[in-house]
Amino acid sequence: MPFGNTHNQMKLKYSSEQEYPDLSKHNNHMAKVLTAAIYERLRSKETPSGFTLDDVIQTGVDNPGHPFIMTVGCVAGDEETYEVFKELLDPVIEARHGGYKPQDKHKTDLKSENLKGGDDLDPNYVLSSRVRTGRSIRGFCLPPHCSRGERRAVEKLSVEALDSLSGDLKGKYYALKNMTEAEQQQLIDDHFLFDKPVSPLLLASGMARDWPDARGIWHNNNKTFLVWVNEEDHLRVISMQKGGNMREVFSRFCTGLTKIETLFKERGHAFMWNEHLGYILTCPSNLGTGLRAGVHVKLPNMSKHAKFEEVLKKLRLQKRGTGGVDTAAVGGVFDISNADRLGFSEVELVQMVVDGVKLLVDMEKRLEKGQSIDDLMPAQK
Amino acid sequence: MSGSFRRLISSRSTAVLLASLGAGTMATGVLLNENSSLAAEAKKKLYPPSSDYPDLRKHNNCMASALTPAVYAKLRDKVTPNNWTLDQCIQTGVDNPGHPFIKTVGCVAGDEESYEVFAELFDPVIKDRHNGYDPRTMKHPTDLDASKITHGIFDENYVLSSRVRTGRSIRGLSLPPACSRAERREVERVAVTALAGLKGDLAGHYYSLGDMTEKEQQQLIDDHFLFDKPVSPLLTCAFMARDWPDARGIWHNNDKTFLIWINEEDHTRVISMEKGGNMKRVFERFCSGLKQVEHLIQERGWEFMWNERLGYILTCPSNLGTGLRAGVHVRLPKLSKDPRFSKILNNLRLQKRGTGGVDTAATGDTFDISNLDRLGKSEVELVQLVVNGVNYLIECEKKLEKGQDIQVPPPLTQFKK
Repeated sequence: MPFGNTHNQMKLKYSSEQEYPDLSKHNNHMAKVLTAAIYERLRSKETPSGFTLDDVIQTGVDNPGHPFIMTVGCVAGDEETYEVFKELLDPVIEARHGGYKPQDKHKTDLKSENLKGGDDLDPNYVLSSRVRTGRSIRGFCLPPHCSRGERRAVEKLSVEALDSLSGDLKGKYYALKNMTEAEQQQLIDDHFLFDKPVSPLLLASGMARDWPDARGIWHNNNKTFLVWVNEEDHLRVISMQKGGNMREVFSRFCTGLTKIETLFKERGHAFMWNEHLGYILTCPSNLGTGLRAGVHVKLPNMSKHAKFEEVLKKLRLQKRGTGGVDTAAVGGVFDISNADRLGFSEVELVQMVVDGVKLLVDMEKRLEKGQSIDDLMPAQK
Repeated sequence: MSGSFRRLISSRSTAVLLASLGAGTMATGVLLNENSSLAAEAKKKLYPPSSDYPDLRKHNNCMASALTPAVYAKLRDKVTPNNWTLDQCIQTGVDNPGHPFIKTVGCVAGDEESYEVFAELFDPVIKDRHNGYDPRTMKHPTDLDASKITHGIFDENYVLSSRVRTGRSIRGLSLPPACSRAERREVERVAVTALAGLKGDLAGHYYSLGDMTEKEQQQLIDDHFLFDKPVSPLLTCAFMARDWPDARGIWHNNDKTFLIWINEEDHTRVISMEKGGNMKRVFERFCSGLKQVEHLIQERGWEFMWNERLGYILTCPSNLGTGLRAGVHVRLPKLSKDPRFSKILNNLRLQKRGTGGVDTAATGDTFDISNLDRLGKSEVELVQLVVNGVNYLIECEKKLEKGQDIQVPPPLTQFKK
């Protein structure tokens, strides 16, 4: 909630023990880290905009999690959350991001020319390629905490910046609350439209407040570069196209992002970023690059192979259904993307996807012919 | 903290630096408070109320009708003594634009004082929802003397069950949208301790939602007692489902005729029910039980939230006054098909629902019939109104059975002036 959280002061008249959440049935990173002692030390703190510990953890308290899937269970309300509550968030980040330590430095590399290859993934198998990330605008609270005024300011700034893009990036903004039925249907058909979140993980954090106020979708006329405004993050930036030319997708991604960043800077605004955590986003799982580079790829044989999961793990890749996170694969087509976000640069992560998908397609072709794939088994990346 | 330190507090990065130095919890807490209020002041200037005013153009609820930009501007920066804000009261109404046919309330109270501090919003909402009741000029009558009810036993060929429910809030503790975990646990403790003191036909047992066994859960489902985590966005957007199922539970007497819900939409919901048509007995138990519980909490220094203007204070403005819904499940196969059915109900100040409760449809010819009103009439008046009304409906049904015609009764008056 916006203007300082004096409500938190009222809670301090109760002991820490009385306020400490019951996490006995919980399985998420927050619940594993948040001892009663840490709760006691952090409960009286708040960020300058008034985001408190209870605000950080509410989503994790309300969503105990799944025995097999470890969710994060906490969110940031502003840039300072990651500092003020580092006693909780550092161990969460370490657990989620493969042992990333508080003193580690994250490398940012958006020079797409540093990518090797990536323009020749077999389009008979790779149906589409996509890279997404998020960006937060420094000085504004994040979706769980922002006021309507701030959210609208983020929208206004973003639309101004995006409207000045030119060439193949020239495009148009569609505010969720103003779009016509025809526009809405088109955006659905293009697979661009995002809906009010239904996941309790997002709802419990307060991100869906005031929907659809100040939410919208911008895309270029070519429909290859797309920006979501005020969904789970201030901005989600997506570059995508049919086929297997990940190189081109990534190149447009980098160009577009860099241009947008320049446009924001010209208007006196920077993206939230620091040396240790890279780009700052709402969910700790998206820190660093916030980057998910992925393909929709046909792997009907490979996906049935006993070693499929092992191969993915070695390649540092993750599978999802073609509906995105939390969906199942349809017709042997999988969404394959990088599992990491933090501790690797953008170029490094896209390289892993390009190399990994190439290998998976090679394996698929072998299995089609009834041949073994044992000699293709990769080492752990 | 020395003066030089305070002068340092001029920017966000400074506050962050100080916080990360971990300069002791208390000191950091104080620093952040001061810096928070500086940051908050700066933010208020940067974002005037007009920039935060919600877009209510597509909305159809009482809050949206009452919340003009001027009212919003006046109230945005106020807080209740528990530091609850206007934006928190209205969030559910902003997030749920409503339905063209059904006008929801669209705002909730976070504490007793919300109704005062934000009176400029709540008073018109109350007037809108409660047939013109004006909290500034009118008084709400409370009457829990069940002996006054007459003709309170229905023909059981038609009435299958009878039920009376209300809510009660514990003064001094924030309401479900706002309460902290400690406050919610305190509500549970106060209520459960009091209920443990009930005796005789009211003696019973508490089942905490988080601790109940599978067997207990199944029994409560079979008895139609169990409540679930709210799914309605009207409730979830009002922050009522936080920390579920912590400190939520169900108490009921051994006879299964008196039931209390703890920490669902209100601190407590109190329900008296029985199969059959003895509404008088249901109401007698209701009043007796409520009085005993009130006495038991008073012995320990607690009391219910109540005042002369608004009666019993509950989370949703729609439940102010008596918070009372007295109803029956009644078979009306012929009457329900008569085109005058709705008008008859309306004139009798009655409402029909499906037998699953609010927002459900009727199955077969059995309806849930209950009072429409909550505020401005006492408990006795409302229950008598239901008794008279249901008796009239049964009369109509019998007439139609015999092929006789029925009459639409004249509309009942609103408030006793």
